[in-house]
Amino acid sequence: MTQTHTPLVELRDISISFGGIRAVDHVSLDLYPGEVVGLLGHNGAGKSTLIKILSGAYQRDSGEIWIDGKKAEIASPRDAREYNIETIYQTLALADNLDAPSNLFLGRELTNSIGFVDDARMESETRKIMARLNPNFKKLKEPVSALSGGQRQSVAIARAVYFNARILIMDEPTAALGVHETQMVADLIQELKKQGLGIFLISHDTREMMELCDRVSVMKNGQLVGTERVEDVTEDDILSMIIMGKKPGTAAA
Amino acid sequence: MTDNTANIPAPAAPHRPNGLFARFIRATELDTRLLGMIGALALIWVGFHLYGQLVNGYGAFLTPRNLWNLSVQTASIGIMATGMVLVIVTRHIDLSVGSVLGFCAMIMGVTQVYILPQLIGLGHPLLWILAICSGLLVGTLVGAFHGFLIAYGKIPAFIVTLGGLLVWRGAAFLVARGETISPVDPTFALLGGGPYGAIGATGSWIIGVIGCAAVLGMMWLGRKRRRGFGFAMRPVWAESFLAIAGCGAVIGAVLLVNAYYWPKGIVKRHVAETGIPVPEGGLFISHGFAIPVLILVAVAILMTILMSRTRFGRYVYAIGGNPEAAELAGINTRWMTVKIFALMGFLTGLSAVVASARLGSATNSLGTLDELYVIAAAVIGGTSLAGGVGTIYGAVLGAFVMQSLQTGMVLIGFDAAIQQVVVGSVLVFAVFLDILYRRNSK
Repeated sequence: MTQTHTPLVELRDISISFGGIRAVDHVSLDLYPGEVVGLLGHNGAGKSTLIKILSGAYQRDSGEIWIDGKKAEIASPRDAREYNIETIYQTLALADNLDAPSNLFLGRELTNSIGFVDDARMESETRKIMARLNPNFKKLKEPVSALSGGQRQSVAIARAVYFNARILIMDEPTAALGVHETQMVADLIQELKKQGLGIFLISHDTREMMELCDRVSVMKNGQLVGTERVEDVTEDDILSMIIMGKKPGTAAA
Repeated sequence: MTDNTANIPAPAAPHRPNGLFARFIRATELDTRLLGMIGALALIWVGFHLYGQLVNGYGAFLTPRNLWNLSVQTASIGIMATGMVLVIVTRHIDLSVGSVLGFCAMIMGVTQVYILPQLIGLGHPLLWILAICSGLLVGTLVGAFHGFLIAYGKIPAFIVTLGGLLVWRGAAFLVARGETISPVDPTFALLGGGPYGAIGATGSWIIGVIGCAAVLGMMWLGRKRRRGFGFAMRPVWAESFLAIAGCGAVIGAVLLVNAYYWPKGIVKRHVAETGIPVPEGGLFISHGFAIPVLILVAVAILMTILMSRTRFGRYVYAIGGNPEAAELAGINTRWMTVKIFALMGFLTGLSAVVASARLGSATNSLGTLDELYVIAAAVIGGTSLAGGVGTIYGAVLGAFVMQSLQTGMVLIGFDAAIQQVVVGSVLVFAVFLDILYRRNSK
């Protein structure tokens, strides 16, 4: 059903090189509203690099980005935010010395009538969203360096949710988390999906990807091996795509 | 911090005084660092006074005259230290401020002594304002240029400003072939302090009343806002304590500066010039707050607002904490670097005004070694060289500590060599204490 709409995001023929190495080599991907697309591949396959091009952290050498069927120019993280693209990075990208509200609103601080940052209002807003996402979260006034991995992750996710992301990029969102917190992230992804967000999910955990994603795309050495609907393939098929860099039994599928 | 102490009530319970102190800190929400620095400053002051009294038979430190002079001498370093906080918080350093100060002072000297008198005439009322503008402009441009090389040329700040240290000192010499330029404009000279460059008893009381009103008003506003959002409020006794301590400090400062009278010679000249009647028992004219000190206070307040209440300040801390995260959050970190160094340059220009006005002339060696005192003041004040941490009030207090040590040693007759040894050791020791403090507070 989703396939009938215009895609939310289309990456067309994207390439980028770093010092002669093709990190991403003519890759095309698309993402529909209410869909989760997983990106799989070895370390250094180019998943994070591809996604950083969409989030504005890197500049592509060639190719085009289309959003809502219109060509988009994304030259910086600020541009990406204009298109409601929010990213949760593997490294979480939090300023350790600032507290949770300051991190949540970093770059988009709430200000009062004379242009000063309104800490009290930001704290109160953070309290509200955290009550929804992670009710155990209480340390609002401490630097985030004092928080656990899961708590830091909830700050990063809260940032994406609060600002009404339409396109959410999650780079290994569960890598640093315990079992309970991983389940929390999985529930959240389902919830956001229902609200019609498009989500790019990067992970190493094939089983997790089979559960969470609608489609998975596999990359190897900067190239796209293939994109499959999860109903059509088994976990073993995906693994062989990651390792061999070939589509599973091309004849069978 | 409050959570930590709340989570461990059991082991703290047997130590009653310890628990009381912790409760006091929690209720007043005072920064323990701030208390520590005020304590250290008090120790230095009392120490020098007692040493003078016991060894030299005269304690000269805790006198209105010395403390007034101390405040004036701190102004120049203190103004620059507030800017150095931003530079160090963003993981940079500025070694060039002393030389840039000398260069700005020479530019202002030449502007007001050679250039402007020819254009608009000697003694023109705008002369001093234009001279100051020239210094501030040159300082800002030099700073922005440094920032540009660092941000867009990707040259480390250490190298750019080390180069600047030599370049601008040399440039200061070249401006007037090493000549000392004097006399400065009489209005300009008031900005350096001295009997005429202070605002007198009445003016000081007005400032004092405004200060007390500001303290009370800010506490009232803070309480109102907390209530509005339903946040926890300080207990009434803690609020009262803070109000009394804050207003007490302001009124104490007014009483102190008003207790320092003009020297007899200047009073005699003043009487001769104005013909005011001399009452029986002699005429006593209070200095009041010196203008450079008021400049420092104004700069410190504005910089504190900038750092704690504006997006700019928030971004400075964010860049210091995690430059990559700041960049990904859409902050233009390079342009921020240019702005931070431009601000540092502006403040250096302002310090040049104070320093050359105090001297009454511009010399090309003005500000030599100031960069080290400024960096030391910021670091003693708790600015971390690893970035991300630092406060304006800490840096100003740090400047007071540095200047107190200097002045104190001069007063009790230590020679220059020992002064250097002590100041250097104190810097290293202060940073060591800071590291211990941070380790324990985690």
